[in-house]
Amino acid sequence: MTWAGSIFDTAGTPAARIARLAWFLIIVSGVTYLLVLVATGIAMRRARARRTQGELADTRPETANRLTRNVAIATIATTLILLGYVTATALTGKAIAWPLNAQRPLTIEVTGHQWWWQFRYRDSVPSNWLTTSNELHIPVGRPVRVILLSNDVIHSFWIPELHGKQDLIPGHRNTTWIQADRPGVWKAHCAEFCGHQHAKMLFDVVAESPAKFDQWYIRQLASALPPTDSATKRGHDVFVQRTCIMCHSINGTEAGSNVGPELTHIASRPSIAAGSLPNTRVNLARWILNPQLIKPGVRMPPNALSPADMNALLDYLETLK
Amino acid sequence: MSAQPQPAERAVEPDPNSPASLHARLEQVWRNGPGLWGWLTSVNHKSIALRSIITAFTFFGIAGIEAALMRVQLARPENSFIGPDLYNQLFTTHGSAMMFLFAVPMVQSVALYFVPIMIGTRNVAFPRLNAFGYWTYLIGGVLLFSGLFTNTGPDQGWFSYVPLAGPGFSPGKRVDIWAQMITFTEIAAIVAAIEVIVTVFKQRAPGMSLNRVPPFVWAMVVMSFMVLVAMPYVATASAMLAMDRLIATQFFNYTEGGDALLWQHLFWFFGHPEVYIIFIPGLGMVSAIVATFSRRPVFGYTAVVLSLVAIGFLSFGLWVHHMFATPLPQTGESFFTAASAMIAIPTGVTIFCWIATIWSGRPRFDTPMLYVIGFIALFTIGGLSGLLLASVPVDLQITDTDFLPGHIHYVLLGGMVFPLFGALHYWFPKVTGRMMSERLGKVSFWLLFVGVNVTFFPQLLLGIAGMPRRVYTYLADTGWGGLNLTSSIGAGLIALGILLLVVNIARSLAAGPAAGADPWGGETLEWAISSPAPDYNFAYIPIVHGRSALWADTGDLDAVAGLREDRREVLQTTMLDAVPDSRHEHPDPTIVPLLTALAVGVGLIWGIFDPIGFDVGAVLMFIALAAWGWPQKTKPNSHEIVEVPNDRRR
Amino acid sequence: MSATSFYRHCCRVAAVGTLLLGFACKREERRFTATYPSAPAYAAVTLDTLQPGVPSPELTVNSPAEGNAYDIAQGKLLFAQWNCTGCHSHGGGGMGPPLMDNEWIYGSSPENIVATIVEGRPNGMPSFRNRITANQLWQLAAYVRSLAGLEAKGPSPGRNDEMQYKVDEQRTPFRTPRASSSRNVPAKSERP
Repeated sequence: MTWAGSIFDTAGTPAARIARLAWFLIIVSGVTYLLVLVATGIAMRRARARRTQGELADTRPETANRLTRNVAIATIATTLILLGYVTATALTGKAIAWPLNAQRPLTIEVTGHQWWWQFRYRDSVPSNWLTTSNELHIPVGRPVRVILLSNDVIHSFWIPELHGKQDLIPGHRNTTWIQADRPGVWKAHCAEFCGHQHAKMLFDVVAESPAKFDQWYIRQLASALPPTDSATKRGHDVFVQRTCIMCHSINGTEAGSNVGPELTHIASRPSIAAGSLPNTRVNLARWILNPQLIKPGVRMPPNALSPADMNALLDYLETLK
Repeated sequence: MSAQPQPAERAVEPDPNSPASLHARLEQVWRNGPGLWGWLTSVNHKSIALRSIITAFTFFGIAGIEAALMRVQLARPENSFIGPDLYNQLFTTHGSAMMFLFAVPMVQSVALYFVPIMIGTRNVAFPRLNAFGYWTYLIGGVLLFSGLFTNTGPDQGWFSYVPLAGPGFSPGKRVDIWAQMITFTEIAAIVAAIEVIVTVFKQRAPGMSLNRVPPFVWAMVVMSFMVLVAMPYVATASAMLAMDRLIATQFFNYTEGGDALLWQHLFWFFGHPEVYIIFIPGLGMVSAIVATFSRRPVFGYTAVVLSLVAIGFLSFGLWVHHMFATPLPQTGESFFTAASAMIAIPTGVTIFCWIATIWSGRPRFDTPMLYVIGFIALFTIGGLSGLLLASVPVDLQITDTDFLPGHIHYVLLGGMVFPLFGALHYWFPKVTGRMMSERLGKVSFWLLFVGVNVTFFPQLLLGIAGMPRRVYTYLADTGWGGLNLTSSIGAGLIALGILLLVVNIARSLAAGPAAGADPWGGETLEWAISSPAPDYNFAYIPIVHGRSALWADTGDLDAVAGLREDRREVLQTTMLDAVPDSRHEHPDPTIVPLLTALAVGVGLIWGIFDPIGFDVGAVLMFIALAAWGWPQKTKPNSHEIVEVPNDRRR
Repeated sequence: MSATSFYRHCCRVAAVGTLLLGFACKREERRFTATYPSAPAYAAVTLDTLQPGVPSPELTVNSPAEGNAYDIAQGKLLFAQWNCTGCHSHGGGGMGPPLMDNEWIYGSSPENIVATIVEGRPNGMPSFRNRITANQLWQLAAYVRSLAGLEAKGPSPGRNDEMQYKVDEQRTPFRTPRASSSRNVPAKSERP
């Protein structure tokens, strides 16, 4: 059953095993519930029949013995079901643990900020470490070790299609792992209340073939090209001479601040504003002009730009593929 | 000049030994003072419990309105009815008010009202402390909502995780108000727990040995012990948080040796028993109702009582299941899965015993019994969804999603509110002397039952669908709009049901049919006295011969005599077998508990803004406590132990 | 006590509670979409009350961030993330002058501080004109004042979740601003 976006829309081994266990538990719970309802219903009907026949409550010893036996059977049945439950849980827990013989795992550090995501890909060559924001690409079929760090408060990293969630706790180095077994594009939500914009702290997840992933990776490592025509030059000037440069970085330019998400390849991202807005020219303009109208409380301030400056800036940003 | 009217005949001197004059004398001694002063100085357990119940119900109403506002905001994606700041304040105060200002105080107040009557005594063990507990609770509740109404409502979630709630990320005084509200309500909860435990262990009617104590009273005793063990943890944690924020201690600062996870451990070590503190009294109420309405004592008394005790103990070993997503060792987490599963066994035993009671009884399905059936139907869903949450792998997918509000509301509404409303219909005649309307009662039951399912089952589905919790909105392309709208409509049904319930209460108070002493034919001692109960409860302390005090004997109950009628006195009996042991004098109404609570209030509230407040509060408290404990002139014969008649006691 | 008189008590309490609704605490407002006074307002501030002839009427601007806990906390965040600490340390000074003392070369009023940040100052204070928005300028100015104890205790921030290098602003001794501290008052050592 693929209910898109749900925990049953599985695309990786841990999620698939968890979904199987969840189904098992849901079915067992449903059957148990029906049994309880049926028992209660029968008790009510039987007793009502007794009342209409004018009998008193049945406190005879033989009834008490029978009921004691029935309650004992129900209790033992409950215990057995719970034993099965604990066993199934333990087995699934083992099955979803980080595979110790993982081949060529990819390691990604995830740092949670209020209210955006920073991803840093580790590589064997230090100069190939890639830092990007709000968009996570992973190659299909390769286990990914995820290291979870927080810059401020507790967040939670959760891609329901791939695995359960793990919290990002400041002062702790938590780890989890994911592995996509099929390509896909998903939206992930922060899953621990972290302040005003917890609701819109999303990120895009793209699982793609290893070849496509490598292409993406190499392109992301490249610095931004200098602007060519006058419009984009003006846009670049707006970026580095106004407020943008205080918080954002574009590799290859003078902008190097790591306070906010890095924007070197902003034009290649499917969404902006931590995954909550589709990346279109109009949305970008609205967002830059006043982010507080879209995500009240977010750390990015309103920026008063003239229409000419705004258009130039957008032209420039659109070159940052 | 008019002549003085002459009486037609000489007034007859009332016979000092007749029951009527005994009642009059006791009434004279035990009643509250007149007017507002009498209301403020009351030390009568029923007066205090009743006002506490009304206060708790008021907080329930306000928190319910907050919930309705939240559901309106969530009915549509990207709704702009309420922004994130107000929404965060709403869900935080909703949770905090429901848990700290409604659930625990409500069940404790029901206990403080009925436990003394059910065990055959005249008041709780420490009347002035009882009054102090209420005033402290009231100040805490008013503090929280004053905060909300001045834009200082806490907004960090009712569980208040650090570092979000810490000084670095929650500016202003919102979290400090929350932390001090905790202190007030925990003091009140611990006070009420002490009252219940000491009263039940020391003041039971002669003959009510421990194995004859009604299951409702047992449930309240277990709950009270749990309160004594669990509440100090949250009070400590909130004090540590307040200190971190006010005087820069480092409890939760990992760079200086503290830890953010410490908060979670402390809070949930309290937080998990807390929900059982709320749930076990519900079980007690269900026991009482099932027995009365099945016309037979609860089946398996020993099993039920031992299960209640087992739930109480086991609930302290489950807290980590709130923390499965944190970096704790996997093996450790699995232990808590097993423990969480284990607690389902005694819970199941109690439910099976009640089904057996109905099976072998002669039940009437009046409104209280409907609520019991509703409890079984709703709480089981809650418990089974809890099992899904207790399994670590599945929990990692569904925790912190909307599945959790679905689960907790099924267990809280099904496990506590439904039994509470059943108990409301059941005991309303005893408290007010009038019957509630059966017709309105049934209508509100069905509205609530359907409403709870329509509101919270979609939330279980939404969690599975991937919707996180504590979000003020969600994007349109998630496809969650339909289920959210359904849930919001259900909330409207619940609101309607509660409204009808309030209407029922109001109309019954004004013009309900008069109830006698025992409209339901109950088995416990509260049905032996008039409705509403007199201030002194029992004119003669009854002797109990069996588990069902009223069904073990027919006709008048055996009783003991000898307590003084010119001052407040209660009989104390031994702990195990309730053999009369001594007499204890109780204080008259006094204003000192209120003053002490005010001193505590001044100290703690001032301390939100400036540490000097604690010093001032300490001085005021010292003065108030000195007044409290000021030695009284010894009255003659107050400690003389008098033999009480011992006839026919088995 | 009877139900009706209790009900009346409840009504009185509810009425008082509703009154409080109108009283929104200034300390606790979170104004996400408000626009704070911008450039023309603070550009007109002069640094010195000493003027030939009759001094022009003093232009003051009401800083909306004064006494607001959220704004001061935002200012603290900005102070760290834009590396004001690089020169001013955490108020103790270094390459730049200390900010936690009561010596203000260029004035301590919010509009003075905003002007300092916008214009820059000789010998090393960079100019942030067009780099920092109006809202953030007032937030920074309020925070800088809290470093010196010029903000009230209630809205001032507590400690950060960092290594503790100084007393948090909330417990910095509160100092009554000198009567004309909004204008240039020479340091004691400089007075003739």
